[in-house]
Amino acid sequence: MKILYGMQQPDEGTITVNGETVTFHTPADAIARGIGMVHQHFMLADNLTVLENVVLGAEKLYGIGGKARAKIREISDAYSLNVRPDVLLEELGVADRQRVEILKVLYRGAKTLILDEPTAVLVPQEVDALFDNLRELKAEGLTVIFISHKLGEVLSVADEITVIRRGTTVGTVEPAGTTTKQLAELMVGSELPTPATEESTVTDVPLLKVDGLRLAQTDLDGVERIILDDISFTIHQGEVLGIAGVEGNGQSELVEAIMGIRALNSGTIALDGKDISHIPTRHRREAGVGYIPEDRHRHGLLLEAPLWENRILGHVTEKPNSRGQLLDIKGARTDTERIIQAYDVRTPGIDVTAASLSGGNQQKLIVGREMSHAPKLLIAAHPTRGVDVGAQAAIWDHIREARREGLAVLLISADLDELIGLSDTLRVMYRGRLVADADPATITPEELGSAMTGAATGHLEHAEGSADDSAGDSAAISAEDDEDDAR
Amino acid sequence: MNKLTQRIDKERLLLGIAAPLLAVVAALVVTTLVILATGKNPGAAFSDMLTYGSASDSQVYILNKATTYYLAGVSVAIGFRMNLFNIGVDGQYRIAAFFAAVLGGALTTPGWISIPLIILCAMATGAVWAGIAGVLKVTRGVSEVISTIMLNAIATAIIAYLLQPGKLAELQAGGTVVSTKPLPESSYFFQIDTGAAGELWGFIVIAVIVGIAYWFVLGRTRFGFDLRTVGQSESAAAASGVSVKKMIATSMLISGAIAGLIGMPTLLNDSHQFSNDFPVGIGFTGIAIALLGRNNPVGIALGALLWGFLERTTNHLEFEGYDKEILGVIQGVIVLCVVIAYEVVRRYGLKRQQQRVGAELAAQAATRTQKQEVA
Repeated sequence: MKILYGMQQPDEGTITVNGETVTFHTPADAIARGIGMVHQHFMLADNLTVLENVVLGAEKLYGIGGKARAKIREISDAYSLNVRPDVLLEELGVADRQRVEILKVLYRGAKTLILDEPTAVLVPQEVDALFDNLRELKAEGLTVIFISHKLGEVLSVADEITVIRRGTTVGTVEPAGTTTKQLAELMVGSELPTPATEESTVTDVPLLKVDGLRLAQTDLDGVERIILDDISFTIHQGEVLGIAGVEGNGQSELVEAIMGIRALNSGTIALDGKDISHIPTRHRREAGVGYIPEDRHRHGLLLEAPLWENRILGHVTEKPNSRGQLLDIKGARTDTERIIQAYDVRTPGIDVTAASLSGGNQQKLIVGREMSHAPKLLIAAHPTRGVDVGAQAAIWDHIREARREGLAVLLISADLDELIGLSDTLRVMYRGRLVADADPATITPEELGSAMTGAATGHLEHAEGSADDSAGDSAAISAEDDEDDAR
Repeated sequence: MNKLTQRIDKERLLLGIAAPLLAVVAALVVTTLVILATGKNPGAAFSDMLTYGSASDSQVYILNKATTYYLAGVSVAIGFRMNLFNIGVDGQYRIAAFFAAVLGGALTTPGWISIPLIILCAMATGAVWAGIAGVLKVTRGVSEVISTIMLNAIATAIIAYLLQPGKLAELQAGGTVVSTKPLPESSYFFQIDTGAAGELWGFIVIAVIVGIAYWFVLGRTRFGFDLRTVGQSESAAAASGVSVKKMIATSMLISGAIAGLIGMPTLLNDSHQFSNDFPVGIGFTGIAIALLGRNNPVGIALGALLWGFLERTTNHLEFEGYDKEILGVIQGVIVLCVVIAYEVVRRYGLKRQQQRVGAELAAQAATRTQKQEVA
């Protein structure tokens, strides 16, 4: 993928575009050949308008004024992307941002689109809308390369599927004659792991009690924006509480509030009967909070530091990393070796930098580190985002293991299958509030999705008696349409 | 597996030395061209620098100079490790040296009391001066670059105001030099007599202690780990439980305290008073040396020695008919090159390691699948 987009050079082999063999040295070369990429992490500037974001770096094509605006409208209409050029980007939701990214690529004249995990941040209804857009693009004669871990999506949108495992092509299949199971076997060489847990281990001993949490922020204009409002929940020993929600509805802030990175306006957080609402982050960690952050590069690792220093990160005051005020380098190094063995972190040694590991191995190191200090509570924010299938299964195993050992687990994820599979209890977060709860045993991703857009609140009952899945589907979609009208 | 980590380590070391070496070589090339352009013989100039620079009196001079520069380098490096750009080292050491000189002139206590008091006074003054910038950054978000530049100017003004007869200074006999009251001889720091080569300043011992402490605190203590964490990633540091604000304020204070030491070799070993001709601009020299030494305690020492050497030898070149501006050219080119080379080598190293790890893992995976197939 990076090679196709000119970010890396192949050692051997060729790329052929329209029957012509080409070599790409930079992304600019790839763009010139009509190949455009929509990254998993959006590359957009919040404080610019859609128009400015689109023309940025491509000013030479149609200028930056009326001509560019007309071109954006034209593309937007041609593929029904529904992009408004003069809105500030920060006002847009994730799905809209993604459409801006797609438009950005089309604007540069791309005939081949590469989409890297485009559905990771979307709710099911938004995924359907994206697929409609993609079919539109296809109908106009464009080529789309859709990269995803999610088999169902690939099957529903693709005309041809190529499975890559460990850097080599293991097979190319037609979606029409293939089932999810066959595809999964191709992918992992065996059956696809599922996130489902075994029998419940929930006890009635409350470990984490969050009560009336409120967090507000005053922006530059002096307007108070409420980020979290009246959040209350309890997680018991051996319970996994899953929080569903479209990203940006306060989940990150909730985690930061529990970790002590953000100060609360009101409310209390109690861990194992002890009030931790106002103690610093380090003391909370020492009190037994393990933390798998949603953005491991920003919050979980020192990318240019060796693995053993990363093993110390966050637990510098605890054994085996330090004795008194001094670091115990030998102890930390030995324990890093242990983590690498026990958590199957694939690395040639503990002196390589964290940046040189793959995402899955980085994440396994973080999980190993956080589980090594006998936590009572494990906060897992998007624990399997951007990791390969093998690491995903391993991380799920570790979360199940934690649950069996009697930890309280707070799971936040955009992957609804993961949430439903792992959680004992589900809550839905919308605009800083917990608006709905559901029983993971019966709920479907679609039903959860409609609550995530704010269309449904309260206790979500699985619509028993609905004729089949497609009926449930359409109901959910119409609920979302209502929501759009209301806006 | 062991072999591989060893190889990476060795390569890292090599890459670490590569950047400064590249810079010095590039500087030599540029200097050669400049001397050629002025119509002189660069070969003769370099050989003169070498012979003159290795004379024993030059060695002592270089070590004395390097003592001051080393302290400046360490002071700046503490900020760098935190991702703080303490440009204010210059103002911090000058105002610290000034007040230390005033205190030293006023003290009549025996040396073993006076000398520690003078040094502590300098460190405290430097820390306070840097602390102002630290507090402003933590509470108001003022960039330390801006505030320390301004504090430099304010320090200059304060010293100029107080360094007047009737304020904190007096007119020396002869009537041309205004300075603080000279230190009594009991407050002189010890020197090592090297005979004809001159006096080696005893403060070099303090500089070595500072270097060892710098290495130990950063590399071996919890505090040092927290400091480096903040320097590498503020977001990761906050998530790991380091109070970033407290850390910024603390490291500014420490950087300022070390900056306070910069003027001490000169004050206690050489001038024994603060006058208008007290050396200026060493704080900026410290920035160059910290860059050259890559914030490494040994690297900074080498950088400080190189700077001392260049200063000593280019001064002499002037008598040989070369232009003295050659010093500025060499120093400027070294700093410029070191910044560029450092970044180039860093990126190359990271990329190389990534590739190497990938290759190693692929090889491991291959042998594993082979084994499976055999089984």
